[in-house]
Parts: sequence; structure tokens; C-alpha cells
Amino acid sequence: MKKFKKGMSLVLVAAMIMLVGCSSSTNTNTSDNSSSNESAEAGTSEAGETSASNGSVFKIGAIGPSTGGAAVYGLAVQNGADLAIKEINAAGGINGTLIEYNFQDDECDNEKSINAYNTLKDWGMQMLVGSTTSGCCIAVAAESANDNLFQITPSGSSVDCINSNDNVYQVCFTDPNQGVGAAQYIGEHAVAQKVAVIYDSSDVYSSGIYEKFVQEAANQPFEIVSAEAFTADNKTDFSVQLQKAKDTGAELVFLPIYYTEASLILTQAAAMDYAPKFFGCDGLDGILNVENFDTALAEGVMLLTPFAADAEDDATKAFVSAYEAAYGDTPNQFAADAYDAVYILKAAIEKSGATPEESVSDLCEKLKGAMAEITVDGLTGEAMSWDADGAVNKAPKAMEIVNGNYSLIQ
Amino acid sequence: MKKMKINKKTKDNIITYGIVLVAYIVMELLINTGHISSLMQGLLVPLCVYVILAVSLNLTVGILGELSLGHAGFMCVGAFTGAFFSKCTQNAIPADLLRFILAIIIGAIAAGIVGFLIGMPVLRLRGDYLAIVTLAFGEIIKNIINVLYVGKDSDGFHFSLKDSLSLGLKEDGEVIINGAQGITGTPKDSTFTIGIILIVLTLIIVLNLIHSRDGRAIMSIRDNLIAAESIGINITKYKLMAFSVSAALAGMAGVLYAHNLNSLMATPKNFGYNMSIMILVFVVLGGIGNIRGSIISAVILTLLPELLRGLSNYRMLIYSVILIVMMLFNWSPKLINLREKYSFKRLFKKTREVQ
Repeated sequence: MKKFKKGMSLVLVAAMIMLVGCSSSTNTNTSDNSSSNESAEAGTSEAGETSASNGSVFKIGAIGPSTGGAAVYGLAVQNGADLAIKEINAAGGINGTLIEYNFQDDECDNEKSINAYNTLKDWGMQMLVGSTTSGCCIAVAAESANDNLFQITPSGSSVDCINSNDNVYQVCFTDPNQGVGAAQYIGEHAVAQKVAVIYDSSDVYSSGIYEKFVQEAANQPFEIVSAEAFTADNKTDFSVQLQKAKDTGAELVFLPIYYTEASLILTQAAAMDYAPKFFGCDGLDGILNVENFDTALAEGVMLLTPFAADAEDDATKAFVSAYEAAYGDTPNQFAADAYDAVYILKAAIEKSGATPEESVSDLCEKLKGAMAEITVDGLTGEAMSWDADGAVNKAPKAMEIVNGNYSLIQ
Repeated sequence: MKKMKINKKTKDNIITYGIVLVAYIVMELLINTGHISSLMQGLLVPLCVYVILAVSLNLTVGILGELSLGHAGFMCVGAFTGAFFSKCTQNAIPADLLRFILAIIIGAIAAGIVGFLIGMPVLRLRGDYLAIVTLAFGEIIKNIINVLYVGKDSDGFHFSLKDSLSLGLKEDGEVIINGAQGITGTPKDSTFTIGIILIVLTLIIVLNLIHSRDGRAIMSIRDNLIAAESIGINITKYKLMAFSVSAALAGMAGVLYAHNLNSLMATPKNFGYNMSIMILVFVVLGGIGNIRGSIISAVILTLLPELLRGLSNYRMLIYSVILIVMMLFNWSPKLINLREKYSFKRLFKKTREVQ
């Protein structure tokens, strides 16, 4: 038995070395920009070789969770970016250069996200669309800043994603922007006097919006009468939070959360005969597609979202029908963000005249310069432009659900 | 012929240390010659983290013989105290290495203390009950960190369990632990070399403990509690000793983990029971009580999902299937018999006998 153990461990070690050997030998051709010990010049020259040896294509990588609990968002980003790239390639590419695309799963885990990033780097990625979720995006942004690789996140909405990394840009609003925007909207339009908040304290997105909402509410002519939290471990029964909102006489319940929980809140509020106005952010987008949810309950729900699949403009209609045809699913805001992200990359490349032969770092510098100059009309906003810090400037859109459809409030 | 007699256990230990050192030298050579992918290079520090976790849990599960399902909780304590310390002293201590070493010591001590405090009530239980209670404590630690807000300004530290607004920070204040958003901007101090040094340190502590007088007392508790008690072994003392040493080592791994990532959050994925079970899987697959086995299985099981990336979303499925096959291959009694029949050693012996 003892001997056998020894034998086994030897075999396992041998197997391990083989695995490592395989993985490294297959990747010897790709550049290794991360080797921090090496000088910057060595890194760039290697990167140059890579792009040259791959012929002239732009290599765009994307990261998001395509397995696990947050898979809805990752898959939407995967498909949204895929659709945009297919369209661009079909139309002849960017300045005549085709795009190659690679999506990697990060399971919504910071550590896995860095692994995904490194995998993409081995593949020869030149620009990154990702990460999809805020936490992962912060972790990856630190790595991409090290390599000076151009990164645009479709939906990493935390301020920390772009802070202190000048190579990272956002397509979505930052969380503080959404919180402030929501508070201002409620105040300016005098939607309600007494407001209750139900938020997910274990979620970066939700608690980020909540904090800014509360801060901004102090300057607005309404009062927050109750603020109740729930966590990811405990998100099926909201009767306590709703009862508290009801007892304090709140006329409006602010829900800076995702649609799955919001649909439960709406159902449970209806069951206890509590009918305040519900107000949410872009996380509520998708609530009409929740299975077994009575969409009549969502009637009158207001949300600040940059994208609605039912919008009537031509660009959205074309996008939605193409997306449905390709992936058999109605696109949500994440898909639209990723779709826009690719077109923003295209606009920036065209503006800067960058070519795929350039090194990752040179490309990043050129694109950074171009980002300050371009304005892009996308699905998630018109005339989007970017500050040097990477945050997007676009007008928020308020939607209301009327007759089972999103309609824009002017 | 006079031969230098090496104790069998010493030989065994030398092999264990040897594996680690050889792995280190091989990887360093690969890094310096540039024959390594970015993915592998990025995985080196996490590999060190999981190896330390597996070895430290083996101390509780294999040597003390108690099933603990809260190991990720101790890792969480270490990670957050270490990252907290680094974040606070980033300006005060400019020397990265010194700050990191202090962070490791502080993280390990904090996790050790928490392990000691939790161990006192918990170790009165045995078997399944202990497993369930440790599971609960692991979750409690994670959830407390998720509601903890700590900020710093010129007046000193501010604490809150509600939200970062109620910290009442001044203009110059900075939120360090931001509830569920955790700690952002931890300096990236973890390196492969430090990771390997910590692995060797862990091995020295664990292996020496096992082969010491205290270690034998701990193992006697595992083998027969009543007999151990009857010969006057202080059960509580030795149980607590093993449990808190194991917790402190997990805390050390946590510090290494925290300083490898820019944003540290206590999600169910990295510090919840998923992680605790994962570490337990390393230990069980490597063999309960077998330190070398823990190292090897931690390395293989961490690498596997990354190397299967080519299979895209099927990889988690394949990973589970491979895990089941490996468990069966390693520990099913029938297969053990079969393997012994056809093992290399036996084949060698046979050929020798023939000659």
C-alpha cells in the first residue's frame, strides 16, 4: 500500500509535469507580455511579432460568466459582442481588417477572471471587452493596466473599474451616476414624497447605487422612510422589508436590484395588497421576461435603463431581430452594452487609424487618444462620449412599463 | 557494509520538500527562459495558496481526525486582516517586502486567534456535529465581513455595520472595507517565490508537528479518544493546538490570496462553503493524513479546469467526471487491488526474481 502510494504520487507528478509541459509548449509561439521581469521593449517586440505572425486581424477578447449564477449576463455579453463582430466582418471589417473574437468564462470569480484574461493574452488578444461584472472587472483592470492593454467594459459599473486605470473605459453608467440620476429624477418630477429602498447589501452594484441614492436624496424634496437590505443568501422572502415600507407609508419603493428579485418583490407586494409605485435602475430590465411572472404586476414600474428591447427606433429593432434570429433569445441590456462596446472599439480604431501590426501598448495609446475625440450613437445612448477617466457621458433614459411594454418617458 | 541509515520518515519528508523545490526550480527556469504561458504564470500564486490550504486542512482532518468544513472562513479572516493592514500602511511602510511579511504574520495570527476562539466551543463536538458547526462558523465569518464597513480619516478608524455613509468620514477619509464590495486596491505583493517559501514554511510546521511528541499525542486522540484520555493526554489542549495551527496556516494562505488580487470580496464562491468543500476534496483525493498527496491533488485540481478551457462551457462537466474517476481510481478497494497487481514496483520485482 505504502509502495503503491509512492508509485502513484510519482505517476501523478509525471502527469502534472506533462500537463504543464503541454500547456507551455503550445503557447511558446504566443507572446508573453506579462513577464514583469523582462524589459518593456522585449515585451512589445514580442507582441509585435505575434500580431505579425497572425496575419492582419484585430484580436478582440471578451470575459464574462457563462457558467454559474450570473451566467445570464455573461452569455448576453458573449452573444452581443459576437453579433457585432459578425456584422462588422460581414461588412468588410474595420478599415478592411477583419476581427477575430474569443470569449472566456470567469464564473463570476475574481481569480478565475484573471485566469481568463491570461488565457486571452496567450491567445494574442489586443483589445478586451470585459469583464462583465464589476468585481471581476476591477481585478482584471489592474492586470490590463500593467500590460497597458485597451479595455472597455460593457457592464462593469463600479467606479473602481475605471479609477486609477486610464486604459479602461465603460459603456454603462457608473453606479454613483445611476443612484444620483434616480434620486434627481424622483425629486425633479415629484414622483413621491416618501420613499422606501430595498437593496442587496451583498451585491456591489446594488449597494453602490443605494449609497449614492441616499446621499443625493438629502438634496431632494423627498424623504427616505425605510431602507432595508437583503443578501444573496436570503433573497426569496421579502415580506419583512415590504411590511416595513408599507407601515412607514412609503408611496414609492426604490429597487436598485436585479430583475429576478424584483419580480418576487412585486408578486409579494401584490399578495399583501400593497401597491406603491416601484422605481428601479437598469438591473430591472428583463423583468417582463421572467418565467411564471404575471407581467400585469409590473404595470407602472418605472426604471432608468439605457436600453429596452421593445424600443421603436430602427437600430434597436434591427439589433433585436438579428439577436433573436441568431441566439433564440430576447437581448437584454448587457447584450446591447457589449454590442455597443464593439462598435465603440471600431469607431476608436477608425479614428486613430490603428493597425493590428502595432504592439498592444502602442495600440492602447492610440485608442486612448481616439476615445477622447469620438462620439458614438449606440443602442444604449446617443452621442456617447468619454472623459479621460473612462466614464461615459450619455443621457439616462427613463422608461415606464405600460400595457406590458417598456415605453420611454419624455 | 556500513550505510548511513536514514529514518524512513525523514526520507519521506525529504521527498516532499524535494517535490516542492524541484517544482520551484523548474517553474523558475521556465519563467526566466520565457517558455511559459501567461495563464500558467498567473496560476502560480493561486497554486501556492491552494497547496498551503490543503496541507493545513490535512492537519485538522488527517492528523487530528476531525472533519472541518469551515476552512475557507479562516482563509477569509487572514485575507481581510492582511489586506486591511497593507491598505492602511501602504504609505507608512514603503518597503513592499517588509509590509507583506508583516501582513502575513498579522493575517496568520488573526486567523489563529479566530481558530482558537471558535475551536473552544466547537471541539467539544465530534464527527458530523463538528462538521456542521464548523460549516456554520465559516458562513458566519463570511457574512460578518460582508456587512462590515471600516473607514479611516484623520480622526482614526470608524466602524459600521450598516453602510459606508454611517461611518461619518471626513473629507480626507477613505473607506477601507466597504461591506460586500470588500477591499479594493490591495498592493500586488504576492510572488511565486514568496508563495513557495510559505509552502515550505507550512510543510516544516506541519511535518515537524506531526513527528513531534505533541503530534503523536494529537494522533492518539484521533485513533482512540478514550485510550488517549486514560493515559493522561490533555485532549482539549492538543485538539485546540492542531485546530488553531491549521487555522493560522489557512490565514497565511488567505493573505497570499488577497495580495494577488486587486479587489478582494467575500463571495460565496471564494470564501463560502464551496471553497471549504473544495479544500476538503484536495485533502480527500490526496489521501487523508498524506501531506504529499494533498500538495499533488491541490495542484492537479486547480490546474485542471484551466487546462480544460478549450472545452468552453463543458469543462466544468468534464472536470466533475474526471474528479469522480480520479476518486474511484485512487480509493476504490477493488481498484487498489487491481493496481497493486499491476504496479510498476511489482513488475520490477518480478523481473528481478526471474533473473
